[in-house]
Amino acid sequence: MATADPLLRVDNLEVSFGAVRALKGISLDVREGEVIALVGANGAGKSTTLRSISGLARAKSGTITFAGTVINKRTAPQIVRLGLAHSPEGRRLFGGLSVAENLRLGACTRSDPDGVARDTERMFTLFPILRERWRQLAGTLSGGEQQQLALARALMAAPRLLLLDEPSLGVAPLLVRHIFDALAELKRQGMTMLLVEQNIALALELADRAYVLRTGKVALSGIASELRSDDRVAQAYLGAAE
Amino acid sequence: MSQLEYIIQQVINAVSLGSLYALVAVGLSIVFGVLKLTNFAHGDVMMVGAFTTVLLIAAGMPFIPAMICGIAASAIAGFLIERIAYRPIRNAPDVTRLLTSLAVTYILENLGILLFTSSPRNFPLPDILNSSWQLSGGAITFTNINVLTVALTFVSLIGLGWFITRTTIGLGMRAAAEDMQAAQLVGLDVNKVIIVAFVVASAYAGLAGVLWAAQAGVVQPQMGFTPLLKAFVAAIIGGFGSISGALLGGYMLGALEIFIVAFLPDTVVPYRDAIVFALLIAFLLFRPGGLLQPNREIKL
Repeated sequence: MATADPLLRVDNLEVSFGAVRALKGISLDVREGEVIALVGANGAGKSTTLRSISGLARAKSGTITFAGTVINKRTAPQIVRLGLAHSPEGRRLFGGLSVAENLRLGACTRSDPDGVARDTERMFTLFPILRERWRQLAGTLSGGEQQQLALARALMAAPRLLLLDEPSLGVAPLLVRHIFDALAELKRQGMTMLLVEQNIALALELADRAYVLRTGKVALSGIASELRSDDRVAQAYLGAAE
Repeated sequence: MSQLEYIIQQVINAVSLGSLYALVAVGLSIVFGVLKLTNFAHGDVMMVGAFTTVLLIAAGMPFIPAMICGIAASAIAGFLIERIAYRPIRNAPDVTRLLTSLAVTYILENLGILLFTSSPRNFPLPDILNSSWQLSGGAITFTNINVLTVALTFVSLIGLGWFITRTTIGLGMRAAAEDMQAAQLVGLDVNKVIIVAFVVASAYAGLAGVLWAAQAGVVQPQMGFTPLLKAFVAAIIGGFGSISGALLGGYMLGALEIFIVAFLPDTVVPYRDAIVFALLIAFLLFRPGGLLQPNREIKL
């Protein structure tokens, strides 16, 4: 029955920051090969959900199961080693390190140099600009280039599941298209992804399924193509802005 | 003595003193980078290395092996300080961490006084290191210990450069200094990075301690205080937490101190330290990120 279990299952997750309840019982699952979008207004809890999954934020209650292992009590580095990589909001690159050094650190949990070399080549195919910028400091790249590097750095861990937080943020419109093309290519190659994205049209175009968050709860979920024409999605955004 | 020879002599002095400052400042900056903690005990780790070396030489060991043991003793001291004192309070408020750092300083210094008393002891430098070179008929003079200081500084800093650009753990040290959380997100074992940072920084303190004491000719339990303060100024000038900044700051401070003495009127010379610390205050006020990172905010 192991094959029927989702790769990631989040069950009734609650997270608080002091007196603020950021997540009020979120449940979701991601199956192998799926791309899941997490959408909703600012402050709905999308980033907090991702941060809890990757071990940066601690759950108050609920469970997070990844590939059969309960991971809520694991540290972020342990979770990376289990095969879950997180490309965080704001990219969080090491600006004083070169593109090459950032990618090398992305693969720091791995002990297969041949595989790392192959994946580096794969990143050059997916994001050709990284080859040109190889020796440049990450902090000197444009927003779009930095976003590509952030994606590549997460992918260098050879993850089974990739968490993506706002890959379009701070990226020039022309490059946003380029980045989503790369994500579509990754999807075609079978990469499982959980995507947080403000640009709801792009997110629902790429995703198989989506969860709409509203003030720390799942307001709505379903097949992405159906949600695209669902008025309630827009309402979830407007509702939170009241 | 010609003007040129005088200037060359002062440059030699500046490079020699600057090397010592740079060695201490680099260690201070490595620890500050990963922990955002000013490790006041760094000066006392220097003392540990210097005393170990002196005791071993007194016991009959040649200088170089004794120095290597001294560096190792400092590295072990750094490892223990991190383990016993700093790790339990890693996530505590800044004030707690700062006070702990001061407490470690006092404990080590008093331990030194208990064991060795506070009176200075001779540093038994072998004659070959004390012998001096005379160039231009004695107008330019330097000793072998000056040469050794500069040579070891260069070699060790090249080694450090290799370490922080070529090894995963060294890259991890730089990454953790920039963004600890992102370092965890790529899967770096932060504990390991911090331990390695402490051990490396403390080994540099050990080397600096031995060379400092060898140049001064004496060791005493409070010997780390002055180099710590100077290295602190050097690190701030260069940009605290930046290794290249600490290097730059160390050599600039060495040059500044030597040139104040060499080129300014005698009435100004007694104010050498006052000028140096006025510079520190000026940097903290107007350019807290140092020369290399003008816009960075720092917290001590």
